[in-house]
Amino acid sequence: MKTKLWLVAGAAVAMTLTYGCKPKGAQTAISGDAASKVYVAPGQHDEFYNIISGGFNGQMSVVGLPSGRVLKILPVFSVHPENGWGFTEETKPMLNTSHGFVPWDDLHHIAISTTNAEHDARWAFGNANNTPRIARVDLTTFKTVEILELPNSGGNHSSPFITENTEYVVAGTRFSVPTGSDQNRDVPIDTYKDNFRGTISFISVDKDHGDMNLAFQLEAPPFNFDLARAGKKKSHGWFFFSTYNTEMAHTLLEVNASQKDKDFIMAVNWKKAEEYIAQGKGKKVPAKYAHNKWDENSHTGTSTMMNEVLSLDPRELKDIVYFIPCPKSPHGCDTDPSGEYIIGSGKLAAVIPVFSFTKMLAAIEKQDFEGSVDGMPVLKYESVLHGEVEKPGLGPLHTEFDGKGNAYTSMFVSSEVVKWNIETLQVLDRVPTYYSVGHLMIPGGPTGKPHGKYMVAYNKITKDRYLPTGPELAHSAQLYDISGDKMQLLLDFPTIGEPHYAEAFPATLVKDKQVKFFPLETNSHPAVLKGINDARVERNGNQVHVYMTTIRSNFRPDNIEGVKLGDEVYFHVTNLEQDWDVPHGFAIKGANTAELLVMPGETQTLKWVPDRVGVFPFYCTDFCSALHQEMQGYLRVSPAGSNVPLKYSTGSVE
Amino acid sequence: MKTTSSLSRILIFVSALLMVSAYFTPLWQISLWAPQYPEGLNMKIWIDRLSGDVDIINGVNHYIGMKHIGQEMFPELQYLVYVFGAIIAFGVLAAILAKRWALYTYLLLLLILGLGVLVDMYLWGYDYGHNLDPSAAIKVPGMAYQPPLIGYKELLNFLAYSGPDTGGWILGASVLLAGLASFREFRAK
Repeated sequence: MKTKLWLVAGAAVAMTLTYGCKPKGAQTAISGDAASKVYVAPGQHDEFYNIISGGFNGQMSVVGLPSGRVLKILPVFSVHPENGWGFTEETKPMLNTSHGFVPWDDLHHIAISTTNAEHDARWAFGNANNTPRIARVDLTTFKTVEILELPNSGGNHSSPFITENTEYVVAGTRFSVPTGSDQNRDVPIDTYKDNFRGTISFISVDKDHGDMNLAFQLEAPPFNFDLARAGKKKSHGWFFFSTYNTEMAHTLLEVNASQKDKDFIMAVNWKKAEEYIAQGKGKKVPAKYAHNKWDENSHTGTSTMMNEVLSLDPRELKDIVYFIPCPKSPHGCDTDPSGEYIIGSGKLAAVIPVFSFTKMLAAIEKQDFEGSVDGMPVLKYESVLHGEVEKPGLGPLHTEFDGKGNAYTSMFVSSEVVKWNIETLQVLDRVPTYYSVGHLMIPGGPTGKPHGKYMVAYNKITKDRYLPTGPELAHSAQLYDISGDKMQLLLDFPTIGEPHYAEAFPATLVKDKQVKFFPLETNSHPAVLKGINDARVERNGNQVHVYMTTIRSNFRPDNIEGVKLGDEVYFHVTNLEQDWDVPHGFAIKGANTAELLVMPGETQTLKWVPDRVGVFPFYCTDFCSALHQEMQGYLRVSPAGSNVPLKYSTGSVE
Repeated sequence: MKTTSSLSRILIFVSALLMVSAYFTPLWQISLWAPQYPEGLNMKIWIDRLSGDVDIINGVNHYIGMKHIGQEMFPELQYLVYVFGAIIAFGVLAAILAKRWALYTYLLLLLILGLGVLVDMYLWGYDYGHNLDPSAAIKVPGMAYQPPLIGYKELLNFLAYSGPDTGGWILGASVLLAGLASFREFRAK
């Protein structure tokens, strides 16, 4: 009988042990040679530029791969006091909108310009999610040079995505909104299905200079438009948009927009749209939106208010829009490098459907429809389907390609990246991410010519990956080597802001084209000074204009008197340096704006309104030389109505 | 009526005394791990309440339509204090009475309690894992999310563990002590 007792005791011990033998979950597996693969020796350059969206910081970060080193924070939609973006008189117009000056936005996606479906890396486009806009960054100066506002849009999420020759940048609205006149827009929210429209904007891009123009808007049904990709090569001329909330709910979307088994991928034949436009079938409608451009010679932004847009109604103009049923609220909508396959990642779906462009055309040809939305045909799922990836993981979001026939899909819920073969639909490999990957990126991944060497996962949850920094943590990213059969984790690095999509391209495309300074002789800023002799101060009513030069290591003028309370002072600072990497800064005590950071050959203006009587110091903020600490000056402010004469000087010794 | 030996009486007394720990320690625990929850989520079931990451677990589980776990889900938590009190009182009584029938009854009560709790847990787990909100955002065909009764189980991206907590183990020791006493008495004839 004693043995029985021992058995009971043994069972208890066994149960305790089971606790110890917990099955292994995700684990950090990193092999020995990973460090050497990401090591970029001092003085050496990274192989790829990685332009990463900053999410809620409204900026882009420029990162080198494979090192993961941050090279620059590039201000786009948010003010950036460290270089005066949005604070200087020249940059303020860049952030102007039909709502006035907007100092912040949420930048989600990056598109690097392409020619023949390959990166030419002339420009980077980014979207403003909150106050819908598209920005264009010049990749020779890494500066935002154009921002175009989008009317009739709300939550500009499905953007910017570009056609293979950068003919168009598209922008689909996440929120459908009522459009048209004030009366048409002031409607009860519960009339959503009748009064709201989902507008898709097509922005043309000048192929030589990159200038954007809102070419036309498609009035699509009131769905939520999530992401998009252009067709390429064989599917060039088409665009594919993922949609959710085809339930057309306007409240508690978490539940109400998750009810249908299938939503749609909206296929748009934009060549057809162009035909209609050529025939004059578009309708010009009033719309107010800002178009802001930066001039590289005057170093000044201008904002122009536009007042109409060309609108196309696909309910009347047939054969522009077709709907492909796609399981459960598709998020990512990606086209493979050949342009044949369209992958919809239903974030709540148990499979990943892969659609065939060839089959889609055949289905359209045969009118193989299962219904229609407002007269726009819905194709049969099975007729367009190439196949489904079975059991890929949980929460598929985005897919990129390696150019070797494989697709890589990020899985938010199961926190992994899954590699699968596009033809056979077989899952080949999976690696954990830390944690809950959102977007993933392969250099050239969305183009016709991916560089299938690295993959980066941009995660939404960081938790314990780095030294903790209180409640708010950096978002983590992981770099994987994907050159072999198995994906291999190489590096884990923190990022700036909250990265969503990113793109990367070979550094060789742009690194020898970088602007090193701006030639003074072509500087056409109205307040430019071409030499120190022009430095002066002028009064115009209560405006005092200080025309100032900077050169190592002095300001001219550096002693200013005769400014009175009630005056507005404008410092027009020209950096006379004509050499690489010699910016000068300008800051003055009590400025309610920010500083100036003036590049060589550039002129920038800071407005300053003195608030009290006294002598105010100003100084150079960028350590420019051995005598940087001597680069300073004084400005005297006298009471209103005082008779201190306007006086300025540099270097006069009493 | 046979009387029990002093050693058995001590064992019974200690057994009943150990039961008192149920008022101060968690009896059962359910833990969940997922890639994005490397630290794990842990819920503890006490004699009269729940504690731990219940809110976070509810937040995670509502996507797949699982019910909101709350005190009201377990009416047992309202009367378990009295059931335990009665059994402890009976245990102490059995030690004082020093009668074998009282000891056997005490052991039986303990076993019924243990079995009852397990059956109850299973039924709750079945309902919790199967009875899903039809309007849930994520529906995986053929998938049920019944947590394991004891041990580990993989449920989608989560690894779930269910097992006794401190109080549960002490209760186990109570049963063992009562069992040991009964065994001694039974052998003594």
